[in-house]
Amino acid sequence: MRIGTVKESYIADAALFDTKVQRGWMFALLAGLLLLPFFTGQYASYLVCLVLINIVSTAGLNILTGFTGLVSLGQAAFMGVGAYTVALMEIKLGTPFLLNLLVAGGLAAVIGIVVGLPSLRVKGLYLAIATIAASVILHFVFANWTSVTGGVSGLSMPPASLFGFEFIQPDQVYWIIMPITVIMLFGAANLFRTRIGRAFIAIRDRDISAEVLGIRLLRYKLLSFAISSFYAGVAGGLWAYFFRVVTPESFPLTMSIFFLAAIIVGGMGSILGSVLGAVFMTMVPEVLKMMVGVLSPIWPDAVAVMSPVRIIVFGGLIIIFLIFEPDGLAEIWRNIRRFFHLWPFKT
Amino acid sequence: MDWLFFSEIGLAGLGSGGLYALTGLALVLIYKATRVVNMAIGEILMLGAYVFMGFSAGLALPIWASIILAILVTGLVGGVVERAIIRPMLGESAISIFMITIGLGSVLIGVVEIIWGANPQRLIEFMPKDPIFILDAYLSPKVGYAFLIAAIVVGLFLIIFRTWRGGVALRATAGDQAAAYSMGINVPKVFSSVWVLTSMIAAGAGILVGSIGGISPDMGVYGLSVLVVVIVGGLDSLLGALIAGILVGLIETYAGAYLGGEFKMLATFMLLVVVLVIRPYGLFGTHEIERL
Amino acid sequence: MQMSQVSEQEVSPTLHTEGREILGVQGLSLAFGGVKALSHVSFSVKEGSITSVIGPNGAGKTSLFNSISGFYTPNEGTVKFLGQTMNNVPAPDRAELGMARTFQNIALFKGMTVLDNIKLGRHAHMKTNPLDALLYFGRARREEAELRKEVEEKIIDFLEIDHIRNQSVAALSYGLQKRVELARALAMKPKILLLDEPVAGMNREETEDMARFILDVKEEWGVTVLMVEHDMGLVMDLSDHVVCINFGQVITEGLPHEVQSHPDVISAYLGSGDVAALRKKFKEGK
Repeated sequence: MRIGTVKESYIADAALFDTKVQRGWMFALLAGLLLLPFFTGQYASYLVCLVLINIVSTAGLNILTGFTGLVSLGQAAFMGVGAYTVALMEIKLGTPFLLNLLVAGGLAAVIGIVVGLPSLRVKGLYLAIATIAASVILHFVFANWTSVTGGVSGLSMPPASLFGFEFIQPDQVYWIIMPITVIMLFGAANLFRTRIGRAFIAIRDRDISAEVLGIRLLRYKLLSFAISSFYAGVAGGLWAYFFRVVTPESFPLTMSIFFLAAIIVGGMGSILGSVLGAVFMTMVPEVLKMMVGVLSPIWPDAVAVMSPVRIIVFGGLIIIFLIFEPDGLAEIWRNIRRFFHLWPFKT
Repeated sequence: MDWLFFSEIGLAGLGSGGLYALTGLALVLIYKATRVVNMAIGEILMLGAYVFMGFSAGLALPIWASIILAILVTGLVGGVVERAIIRPMLGESAISIFMITIGLGSVLIGVVEIIWGANPQRLIEFMPKDPIFILDAYLSPKVGYAFLIAAIVVGLFLIIFRTWRGGVALRATAGDQAAAYSMGINVPKVFSSVWVLTSMIAAGAGILVGSIGGISPDMGVYGLSVLVVVIVGGLDSLLGALIAGILVGLIETYAGAYLGGEFKMLATFMLLVVVLVIRPYGLFGTHEIERL
Repeated sequence: MQMSQVSEQEVSPTLHTEGREILGVQGLSLAFGGVKALSHVSFSVKEGSITSVIGPNGAGKTSLFNSISGFYTPNEGTVKFLGQTMNNVPAPDRAELGMARTFQNIALFKGMTVLDNIKLGRHAHMKTNPLDALLYFGRARREEAELRKEVEEKIIDFLEIDHIRNQSVAALSYGLQKRVELARALAMKPKILLLDEPVAGMNREETEDMARFILDVKEEWGVTVLMVEHDMGLVMDLSDHVVCINFGQVITEGLPHEVQSHPDVISAYLGSGDVAALRKKFKEGK
């Protein structure tokens, strides 16, 4: 049972992690992240990096879709903008990677704002469809602006480097990806302790009355688009540093659906949900791969079925969670926590 | 300028526009009754084409029987889908159901790939092969007959929709589900019928589309162009779907012929962007008055 | 220029004498297609008063409120607030100038706690920008702490809702939701408070609480109140000035007892001028 959590100031009550136990777990988690690459192999590091990149992008989409209520199917395309930006800056200018990532996020944010512009006049489904248009158009640009993007064959880029050290292997790139992910997650959590986060939620819940409360709808919808695309752009930039080859097919529409699935499974309107959702959805194919490994001696076709089963699982998870647990894994987690906080008393 | 070529392209555009109009009609119908945009319409269309292939090539049934069976089976699937995953969402926000249909699309793609494989395939030829000439312009017979069939189905459908009293129930359901329910309209039944009917229409369109350009699990992308059609025409306008269907068909075909295949999708979606900016609720859509 | 003068001059809490006009509605007309919701409505609200708008259902009261708060654009006429014409001022700017309102059918945000709902009211008066917010350092932290303190000490204590501050609004009773909505409106630093049926659907006890709060808002906070209400008892007890509208037009206005006994008002409510005849009808059981 959780007791002894009296607060003496309003600031203490509004802290992100408001109990000692929570802070303890948080430090343990951060320490774990710092030590992780020393205890895992390359493949595990690879997976962890992939999870972290997906967390950044999922958190971004959750700000737009989960918190502001604007459904977007353009997240992968915005990631593409970030990835191409980083690749080009690294190839043509050789600027420091932090700057490149920042520019990647910024450019994606600008394009996000342009895509969000119809949001004043249209909403809901129309807006979702406008984001599909954006991904189709961006895909066209990636594939056909050959002089800049290298066309269908894409771009190959050098690794990130700092003082002559090159980040090549997954356990090296990890040191770029991990800190940025942690910082961006804290940023996202902070956002919802301020007037800006409150305005987003107000727009989601009842956008017309939000206006009467002094919230400028267009400005905040565009801001949400900008922040969300910024996260996508940075995630795309990290993606580029991780794989070092960027092609138009790297960011298909199905990837946007992947992120949508991640926020639904994790929990819309929850930062914790973004993390849980991204971890879960990234690990699903890995679990399937393991199952195929087990099954293939008995059932030789298992490998061939792997890819369609993955698609079915993605779609199926979207459906199952929306019907049975619309608040996602985050809600399941909260229920478990509540159980332990109240134990041995039950409600 | 080669006017003969120009008019031949135009004819081909009209032909594909007819199919867009037909599928768009199905999408508008679902929206009108349930306020849901069915993002899986392209995948249902694909499923219809594959089921047809299964009956005609796999089981070697006669063409006419395969067509009827494919349409019935797809309609059945539509009914099951409605009962299993749409009905539990009755009363939930349109956005949630929209996302459910996105999930449904993924599931259907995966299922088709498991049963029939991921490679593109061709359907058995069943339409007359004599070339069609309108004045001097050549029209591929497949496209021509597909257009004819689409036009007949659309015509029949409009007549039924105007005269059948179910049309009223449908519009009432669209306006306010709870109110329609309390007025004695069997809302779940309206939902089921709409899903069955539109899946059947999509299956028919799928067979036509597939017999022109072949089939593959990713032909659900066709659904994206249909989405553009209904947004351009106005989500709740049957007439809009017909006109926008033709318009999108023409624009896409002309872009493909004069600029190159990769410009097809771009042209379609540029049209969408222009319409969203100028007339957000489509050419014929109604703009609902918002209330506090 | 004129506006800044008004805002500088703070209204003293004990001011009873109704002074200048704070809100003026002049010749306001509003039509939806062919339906005329309002035609040439004019009245004025004096600073520091409680003004009530009454009228039968469908008379146009809520349309009037929506036009004042900037949700509807009137076809004709003007709304003047603090001497400034509001015609081209969008709703969020009106809120920033000090116009706060509650809604007939409660417009709280279900996804937020009571505390966050109230804090939301201060939105327009805060300065935190996105970068501050992401870092939650310096200005964002300071502003949030100040707001929290003020909300806790002034608003939550005043409205006696401290026991529910961390609950989700969706779980609250109707009466409490109305109270939270009032709290949010107060957080907006209002100069005028527009209350749309503040006690509709409340029981006697809740109504009395709300009446007390409305009076305190006027007396202690010095906020002008304009309300739409059907509860005649409440209207007669609280109001300094009553405006009666029907079919989108002002029938009469004046002191509460004058309006109450005005024959046009009685006929607007009962549909016939002959009250005695009506009473007789009821008695006969028809």
